[in-house]
Amino acid sequence: MRKILFSTILIICSNLVFAQKFFTKNGSISFFSKTTIENIQADNNQVMSVLNAQTGELQFSLLIKGFHFKKALMEEHFNENYLESDQFPKATFKGTIADIYKINFSNDAVYPVLVSGDLSMHGVTNKANCKGYISIKEGKITGAAVFIISLADFKIAIPKLVESKISKTIEIKVNCLYDQKM
Amino acid sequence: MYKKIILLCWCAVLANNLIAQQADTTDLMAQLEKEAAAQNAISYTIATFKTTRLINGHTVENPGKNVLDVKIAHRFGTLNNGAYQLFGLDNATMRMGLDYGITNNLMVGIGRSTYQKTFDGFFKIKIFRQSTGKKKMPLSISYVPTLAVRTLNWGDSSQKYQFSSRLSYTHQLIIARKFSEALSLQIMPTFIHRNLSPLIAEPNDLLAIGIGGRQKLTKRTSINVEYYYMIPGYKIKGTSNSLSVGFDIETGGHVFQLHFTNTRAMTEKNFISETSGKWEKGDILFGFNISRVFNIGKKK
Repeated sequence: MRKILFSTILIICSNLVFAQKFFTKNGSISFFSKTTIENIQADNNQVMSVLNAQTGELQFSLLIKGFHFKKALMEEHFNENYLESDQFPKATFKGTIADIYKINFSNDAVYPVLVSGDLSMHGVTNKANCKGYISIKEGKITGAAVFIISLADFKIAIPKLVESKISKTIEIKVNCLYDQKM
Repeated sequence: MYKKIILLCWCAVLANNLIAQQADTTDLMAQLEKEAAAQNAISYTIATFKTTRLINGHTVENPGKNVLDVKIAHRFGTLNNGAYQLFGLDNATMRMGLDYGITNNLMVGIGRSTYQKTFDGFFKIKIFRQSTGKKKMPLSISYVPTLAVRTLNWGDSSQKYQFSSRLSYTHQLIIARKFSEALSLQIMPTFIHRNLSPLIAEPNDLLAIGIGGRQKLTKRTSINVEYYYMIPGYKIKGTSNSLSVGFDIETGGHVFQLHFTNTRAMTEKNFISETSGKWEKGDILFGFNISRVFNIGKKK
């Protein structure tokens, strides 16, 4: 009798604490191109991300057209000439967080993590690794990371004429508050 | 009894757990993507043309909100002037203009041409935008009303002219479709009203249908063609239809347009209805438009 009660409670607890997937539909990803002539920034605030607290699986998905620039023409050229968003509408990341079991999701703290997986965009998939942080504050989970990609790796060509204005490497900032769970 | 209930609960929780396990990360992501696709269902077609002008006339494009587009256009003399005039390069007509995006769907523009010392002003309003997804629209349609003021002296002091005689109005619908990444076509039904027609026999109201299009050669260059057909009976005698062939080069904030055309004018009323050059006689002139955009204020 007691055993059954105990195991029931245990499973319910484990269900609440571990066997959970956290997700968001409005995470943020921004990118920056820094050159001496011009700094370019674009933000996407409709990033979808799923964090599986049990397996450490971490996935991102976003629409290229969801990136917004300060300059309308830049946004047009970004979609038309560089990322070719009609042909390649989305970018995804599918990977895992190493040593996910070290994170206690019920304890307020900031945990440095290592993420590795496959980053796909512009029709190209590359392996990507980066350091990031999972921070837990009052039960709210936030994932953040900064990493650098090379445009050539994703076959994004820069014409000679604007070479001085667009950096060959792009800094990407990720910030997702996992506001929903399942 | 009590035992049974707990056992049942236990089974329910376990089953729940198993189901949760099966709906793994990838499935959840697929579901999120599906939901998002249903939400942002309308995808508007962008970049039907490189800039707001095809060659002489308008395209269906507007500058974005708070974007100022500075336009400088030249048309040189005709090629059949020969080597003495360096094939027309010795003389030129010119238009300076400013286009500005008030909203993403409404633009305003002003300009001044040396041809008949003409000032012009216009609006361009997007009525429909080509889109896919939840809202399917096969065409983009814009409306362009233009007012032109000829400020050239009449050269006839014996007669008194009113200011209103200097005015002409053009109403244009631009119906465009981007067929593929490379090919875009548009049709431009045009109505022109001149307050003064120089001869009584000439109509004040003129009608034309324009067709034009672009075929991209590379991501940043394209070949453009623009033709305005004057409807017989609503046409000035002795004029020809305007035909132009151009080449666009886009380099970030600039668009360079190089073209051959049979008209010296760059205001709708003048190049659509008063073109005198004939291609077959070699009345072909070289010209270019330069467009440079500036962002004014913050777009957020």
